[in-house]
Amino acid sequence: MRQAFVPVLTVVVAIFAIWYVAAIFLNSAWAYDKAKRADVTLSTSQLISDTWSQDKPKLPAPHQVGREIWKTTVEKKITSKRSLIYHSWITLSATLLGFAMGTVFGTLLAVGIVYNRTMDMSVMPWVITSQTIPILAVAPMIIVVLNAVGISGLLPKAMISMYLSFFPVVVGMVKGLRSPDLMQLDQMRTWNASSAQTFWRLRLPSSMPYFFTSLKIAMAASLVGAIVGELPTGAVAGLGARLLAGSYYGQTIQIWSALIMAAALAASLVAIIGVVQRVMLRRMGMS
Amino acid sequence: MQNGTTEAAQSASQAPVISANNLDLTFQTNDGPVHALKGVSLDIEAGDFVSFIGPSGCGKTTFLRVMADLEQPTGGSISVNGVSPAAARQARAYGYVFQAAGLYPWRSIGRNISLPLEIMGYSKAEQQERVERVLDLVELAGFERKFPWQLSGGMQQRASIARALAFDADILLMDEPFGALDEIVRDHLNEQLLKLWARTEKTIAFVTHSIPEAVYLSTKIVVMSPRPGRITDVIESTLPKERPLDIRDSPEFLEIAHRVRDGLRAGHADE
Repeated sequence: MRQAFVPVLTVVVAIFAIWYVAAIFLNSAWAYDKAKRADVTLSTSQLISDTWSQDKPKLPAPHQVGREIWKTTVEKKITSKRSLIYHSWITLSATLLGFAMGTVFGTLLAVGIVYNRTMDMSVMPWVITSQTIPILAVAPMIIVVLNAVGISGLLPKAMISMYLSFFPVVVGMVKGLRSPDLMQLDQMRTWNASSAQTFWRLRLPSSMPYFFTSLKIAMAASLVGAIVGELPTGAVAGLGARLLAGSYYGQTIQIWSALIMAAALAASLVAIIGVVQRVMLRRMGMS
Repeated sequence: MQNGTTEAAQSASQAPVISANNLDLTFQTNDGPVHALKGVSLDIEAGDFVSFIGPSGCGKTTFLRVMADLEQPTGGSISVNGVSPAAARQARAYGYVFQAAGLYPWRSIGRNISLPLEIMGYSKAEQQERVERVLDLVELAGFERKFPWQLSGGMQQRASIARALAFDADILLMDEPFGALDEIVRDHLNEQLLKLWARTEKTIAFVTHSIPEAVYLSTKIVVMSPRPGRITDVIESTLPKERPLDIRDSPEFLEIAHRVRDGLRAGHADE
């Protein structure tokens, strides 16, 4: 623990230092502009303090983003339309639903691919093709089509999350379900075990390390999917909507706080899976 | 399902347990056909302990796998308990011990041993009773709740033998089960295996690389040689059934070992 502390802290400090310096350079043009119009010359310290405190900076300084996040989480009621927690929850609910759907769908596909030769030959190319299409191009179509048949709100966004998150699950689970070696499969054969028995007692438990690794990737992809699902539709709520509204009105601080929030959300979700993974695999003697 | 084994055993009580007649097995590979077995004929009687010895590629493991219905012969015939290997496998006529213990890390030793019992549909109470009985048999009583990683390699292999004994198959097929273990552990396990064989009166087919192991354990030693895989000699052991470890220094033992070595050398000479 202690050994990790110093390097981690060093990296964090370095990131903040680079961020602050970059803010000075990127925002100085506007600071000089304002000074020129007001006909004053800026000292270095004035310049720096101006670049770190503009209303609509090109790159907001970390403390500005921090203050914005504080204001929109702690100081706002959760029910408020300006609460970042409210928006995060909107995105999170679509993320979790899409993640669950993607995990189930991906696992079922993997089982089909492992057990059915026709599926093995035919499905994988389509699965890969599906991921080569830019999600930004597909997302509006999914939303519009589903809207036309009367489905709106959470589900269309969750569908886009699912579209992104089933892929790592399929790939990981196909590998995982095939991970038992020939000897273990022969052994099952000597006991005259049925396919179902081999699946539940050997293939599925063997696939768990692969499963959890896939889930981590799927979770991150799912969050991206939910945010992307909010972008093209003029959604009024969700982290994606905050990003979009921020960019309409040049509210860079708002954009950055939504981004940081999304990153923090993804990190916590992946961390939760990591904890479950560690506990589970240790209990299974596979860590 | 469980009755199938005993019925098959009874109907074939007089006939050899395993009977191979002019068995051929050719693998088609990219480098052309490989003759893993050619013209192999052998009878194994009930209660025999038969060792198969020979250099790698002589087909000893392939022969064992044919008995277990894990490989299909391309010619000749073989019967196990009077029926085809496939029927024998479906009747759970044999227990197979692989080179590696192959215990599932997520199951305790007890639950590993009850795995085939679960698959075969034994009741919970029966599973429990059998697990305790076979753990006793391999001298692992008290380790039921331990996990595989808590056991040494030798103990793991004993657990895997217990697993093969848990359902009442009267044939035990063992493919170099002690190959990965060190000499001292191996000696100990050999001694234990003999005791176990005497107590259970199983028919055992045992593949090995080691001449002393083959001579010490067997009632019958089958010497094989490669390209094509075939039987070059079958040696009936004259050693008594009761065999302390120091029997390996007796002239009788050395004589049999000598004959095995000659057989192996002869197989090599005609290459």
